[in-house]
Amino acid sequence: MVLKVFFPSCCSSADSGILIGRWLSEQSSAVVLAVVHFPFIPVQVKQYLGQVQHLTKVSLSVLGSWSNSKQEKEEGLSEFLEDLGTIFSHEPWIQISKEGDGKFWSCSTLQKHSSSPKEEEVILVYYDQRKVMLSHLHPPLDTGDGRAEDASKLSAIFDTVARSRVLFMTDRYDEGPIKLTHWQSEGVEASIIVELLKQTSVPACMLLTFLLSLVSGICRSRVLKFWPLSFLWSKLSTCEQLGHRLQHLQVISSNKKAQTQTQLMRKANIFVSLLIDVALGILLMSWLYRKNRIGHLADTLIPVADHVAEELQDLLQWLMGAPAGLKMNRALDQVLGRFFLYHIHLWISYIHLMSPFIEMILWYVGLSACLGLTVALCILSDIIALLTFHIYCFYVYGARLYCLKIYGLSSLWRLFRGKKWNVLRQRVDSCSYDLDQLFIGTLLFTILLFLLPTTALYYLVFTLLRLLVVIVQGLIHLLVDLIDSLPLYSLILRLCRSYRLAAGVKFRVLEQQDGKPLRLLMQINPLSYGAVVQTYRLPTYSCYPKDSWASLCKKLFLGELIYPWKHKGEKQE
Amino acid sequence: MAEEQRFRSACGAPIALRRRQHSASCRELAVRGPRLQLRSLSAATSAVWLAAYGLFALSENTVVLSAAIFISLIGLIIYLHFVKIDQESLLVIGSLGIQVTSSYASGKESTTFIEMGQVKDVVINEAVHMQKVIYYLCILLQDPEDPQGVSEVVPLFQSSKPRLDCLIEVYKSCQEILEQRKTAPQSSGIK
Repeated sequence: MVLKVFFPSCCSSADSGILIGRWLSEQSSAVVLAVVHFPFIPVQVKQYLGQVQHLTKVSLSVLGSWSNSKQEKEEGLSEFLEDLGTIFSHEPWIQISKEGDGKFWSCSTLQKHSSSPKEEEVILVYYDQRKVMLSHLHPPLDTGDGRAEDASKLSAIFDTVARSRVLFMTDRYDEGPIKLTHWQSEGVEASIIVELLKQTSVPACMLLTFLLSLVSGICRSRVLKFWPLSFLWSKLSTCEQLGHRLQHLQVISSNKKAQTQTQLMRKANIFVSLLIDVALGILLMSWLYRKNRIGHLADTLIPVADHVAEELQDLLQWLMGAPAGLKMNRALDQVLGRFFLYHIHLWISYIHLMSPFIEMILWYVGLSACLGLTVALCILSDIIALLTFHIYCFYVYGARLYCLKIYGLSSLWRLFRGKKWNVLRQRVDSCSYDLDQLFIGTLLFTILLFLLPTTALYYLVFTLLRLLVVIVQGLIHLLVDLIDSLPLYSLILRLCRSYRLAAGVKFRVLEQQDGKPLRLLMQINPLSYGAVVQTYRLPTYSCYPKDSWASLCKKLFLGELIYPWKHKGEKQE
Repeated sequence: MAEEQRFRSACGAPIALRRRQHSASCRELAVRGPRLQLRSLSAATSAVWLAAYGLFALSENTVVLSAAIFISLIGLIIYLHFVKIDQESLLVIGSLGIQVTSSYASGKESTTFIEMGQVKDVVINEAVHMQKVIYYLCILLQDPEDPQGVSEVVPLFQSSKPRLDCLIEVYKSCQEILEQRKTAPQSSGIK
């Protein structure tokens, strides 16, 4: 098989020495991790490799020799390097040599126990060691768990470099028996700010955990669990959102270090998402409180509510007359119309009772926008729900009435045809009715049938209004979900340090020369933005309706109440 | 060594196939489609701007003109960066894998690398596309559970759509390298 040597590009200008790394025999590839310089004692090198192997669980060995001669080739050197092959017995012993500043190196192998002595082809693949060490290879999204053992050969290479961090701690400028050259020898600087942040994060986490335990203790106290309050908390979406953010804070402030890459990315995503949320919330708050905009908002709230109520009253007057030229049943029309008008009158009285307090309540509620933009949006959605509560009530009344009528009609229709619903067998059976049963049944059927258009019209109008409110609330919730689940840290990482999130590799063929091995450059192929969002999305608490359009239409036709947005904690009915 | 041959695509446009042999087990095959013509670009831009001037003459609103400029700029950028593929190339490295690259007119390159262990074979398939039957080259990927099965089919040269004569040249080049892995001594590992 063709021999592949993965050589780090940082070692191209290193002095002569021996190569250490990992040999993957099933792929016939050698991953070179570092170069050990002369002088060294072979026993100490073997000891050092044993120690590193024990720490990293990666099987390292001496792979071959590297000679970088600035002047012409020395004769004795090649024999010396071959003799080294007998001391560190490795099969095959790779010899790479570079002359002066030449681009084309020669690479040969020594096989002692080979069956076929033919000259095998060598491919030299250069890789950027620091980028490969920091990068995380993402498997394709549609692979199942069963393919984990059948891991790709490239992931073995990435794994080798990533796990050998211990090897990169000492280099040739340190005192010691072994002098190595690897990516650290290029002199990469670290950032002081990052180190300082890491040091201060531990006490900050402990403080945060303490505060959070206090807050969650208060939330869980018995006082808040009484029936009206617990019902209120479950209906308000603000409380859901606050609970969700509290969970997020608990995840961030936990003392355990993240074990896997996914956990680390999730923590980072939650942290950045919270930060941006709070920043946008504070921006919104400063905009609202400047020039007393919140006072203006509170002043316009009552007139808006009045205006909505007036429009509803006009609508009901229209329905009580001859809407769209249809002729309604006078008596039923008047009853329903007056009933709903009285409701609106009650609602307006309550709103006017509350009007002196509205500004103060709104002022204090607006302060909670500093907890985040998502909280502010949830409060907006709740205010809309509270202001349109009468529309919700009307919808429920209209739907229940219509539903009763439809069930009554279907049951009496069966009676009309001489059939009956068998509850035991859950099917329609024929039945012989008495004459008086038939008489009353037919009468009732006729009455209900001729009253159907009136009820259906009221139901239709209020369902449309309710759907309008639901759509507005739904859009706000969609926006909140988007802010909650977008993995901002991963997206910024993909933008600035794209080598950290790798979908694969790409090879570039460098200049070739006849007789020399094939030279390739291995670069990291970053993940696409869509794949980043899909892999690192944060889970949210709302599940979108599983009802298809057909079942929704069926429910609307039968008059069953629709609850479009369910939360994961609620029981399904 | 590099050589270039002229062929035609499935719609009749002229394309060029360039073959380079980098070493005994590494070959690069690139199919280059026709470049963006200046006259079609000027025709499209003139049409948009004439329509904008017509609307401006009717409505006396300068927003129409700036919108037309904006739309034509954005449209051109989107076309060059996401739609117009200049060159599609196939790099076959025996014992490493196959790399498929598409280069767009704006210089963007999108690359996919498939390891040799996953490649089952490279074949020419027929497909019914609208009212025509066309040939296309594709890579068959191995199903890890079933040694005889194919898990995925990756079609190549989708935007330049070369005709059968060009595909046969590419097919022959690929098969020469793929056969080397059958004659090479197999290592243990795959059951």
